[in-house]
Amino acid sequence: MKKLVRVAAGQGFWGDDLDAPRRQAEGGEIDYLMLDYLAEVTMSILQKQKERDPAMGYARDFVGAIESVLPAITERGVRVIANAGGVNPPACAAAVMEMAKTRGAAGKLKIGVVTGDDLLPRIDELIGAGHELANMDTGAPLSTVRGEVIAANAYIGSEPILEALTQGANIVVTGRSTDTALTMAPLRYEFGWRADDWDKLASGIVAGHIIECGAQASGGNCLHDWRNIPDLANVGYPIAEVAPDGTFTITKHAGTGGRVSVPTVTEQLVYEMGDPVSYITPDVVADFTTIHLEQAGENRVRVQGIKGGPPTDKLKVSIAYRAGFKAVGTLVYSWPDALDKARAAERILRERLDRLGLRFDHVLAELVGHSSTHGPLAGGPGDVPEVQLRFGVRGPDRKAVERFTREIAPLVLNGPPSVTGFAGGRPKVEEIVAYWPALIEKTQVTSKVQLIA
Amino acid sequence: MKIRLVDIAHARSGDKGDTANVGVIALDPSWYPLLARELTAARVSRHFEGMITGPVDRFELPNLKALNFLLHGALDGGGTISLKTDAQGKVFSTALLRMVLDIPDDEAGKLKLPVARG
Repeated sequence: MKKLVRVAAGQGFWGDDLDAPRRQAEGGEIDYLMLDYLAEVTMSILQKQKERDPAMGYARDFVGAIESVLPAITERGVRVIANAGGVNPPACAAAVMEMAKTRGAAGKLKIGVVTGDDLLPRIDELIGAGHELANMDTGAPLSTVRGEVIAANAYIGSEPILEALTQGANIVVTGRSTDTALTMAPLRYEFGWRADDWDKLASGIVAGHIIECGAQASGGNCLHDWRNIPDLANVGYPIAEVAPDGTFTITKHAGTGGRVSVPTVTEQLVYEMGDPVSYITPDVVADFTTIHLEQAGENRVRVQGIKGGPPTDKLKVSIAYRAGFKAVGTLVYSWPDALDKARAAERILRERLDRLGLRFDHVLAELVGHSSTHGPLAGGPGDVPEVQLRFGVRGPDRKAVERFTREIAPLVLNGPPSVTGFAGGRPKVEEIVAYWPALIEKTQVTSKVQLIA
Repeated sequence: MKIRLVDIAHARSGDKGDTANVGVIALDPSWYPLLARELTAARVSRHFEGMITGPVDRFELPNLKALNFLLHGALDGGGTISLKTDAQGKVFSTALLRMVLDIPDDEAGKLKLPVARG
């Protein structure tokens, strides 16, 4: 048995830093590369893509990620675990193999494909059998929106990933597994933790929770002392160094930016937290009030003392349904009286929509730069509640501009803190059609008319 | 003495559906008991009046010197439904840190709390 297993996070969501997996694989020794691609809304986006093209429905960035770490996988034995499969893990694996063939590496890959989370084909059967699939927030049964459902996936635990590793997979692709299972599974595989060794399993879950959002645990989006967190442009993504007893250290590669400290790790621990006493997963219920953190050197945080208990008998199901349409537009008004002008524009727009007889479930006007994020809590003019960064590029190389559009979103988890308003996704690349006025002699121009029949 | 929460705590927030969570962490471990005493669910609920439509749940994490709040009905339906800039509740953290606490002078002195600027 290994004395220490190093699980490195290389992706915190679909849209994260494209180069992070390679930096994790090449920046130092690691055993596993863990890539988390799926947020709550991601599955429905992937389902729509699959409806348009049955070969789609997975996180396509994953293919490039694997390509960038092929030497680590084939020469150093690094294994990759990712939920990049989305609603189509087999297609995801096939795409990776296709890429590997062109690199002469297909013979060295064994991809484990985890499926079974997709409940969409069985929805009616499940409802018919008395499973209400009631909304956890509102209590309404799924039958009320049955006709609009486009994706339904159960959050599955570490068991099938463990099975894939046992069968010798060096890449494991899942659909909607829990984020934390991606870290837990290799620990169970390496250390042989029993399925009822609750405290060790809870440790695995906490390690997974800390690293699943990538650099958000290592200085990215960190409010604490944010001005002094070094070199976020080259931020090091987090690595969990786990011992067989379940205790672990969070760290990052030497020579990288960012910071691993008790405050950076604590901020990530409370992220998206519910009741801390029962952090429920399919494998174990972890008690976050038992976590003990300690600075154990520069960019090293020791984590221990974690307790867990048996899981519930249910799995969470992520269901996506059509719920209408929306659009958001922006206008910028300037001095003098910028705020009054913006408010006047809002009134005019509302009135025009009324006159057109348009009806909406909801209309929301926000005054960005005044009160859109902190509402009535926003202070006076000297206390700017929000500032919109508008960042553009222009050049002759479409690929360079395209690449730029992928550099915005990563800042959400790996840049300065308190950032929001990024839901529009990557900026669209527009081709510029420019105006070029010029002169030419009349004699140089002869008109021609040709008809094609 | 007026003490700004932003001077004695840091925070991170996130979402689950239409609920925003805010984790508030004491900047100095010795300030945690004061946070736990002052930041009641009722106080936080009043702070967010007009911004949330549901109740506030509160949880203590003395091991992390942190409190966790669930703000229900904070996100205009949440996720893809929401029309808000902050549809995922990312900066409810800093909105909570705008709170100003009234702390007895002797306690503030003993705990060496930073005095509000301006």
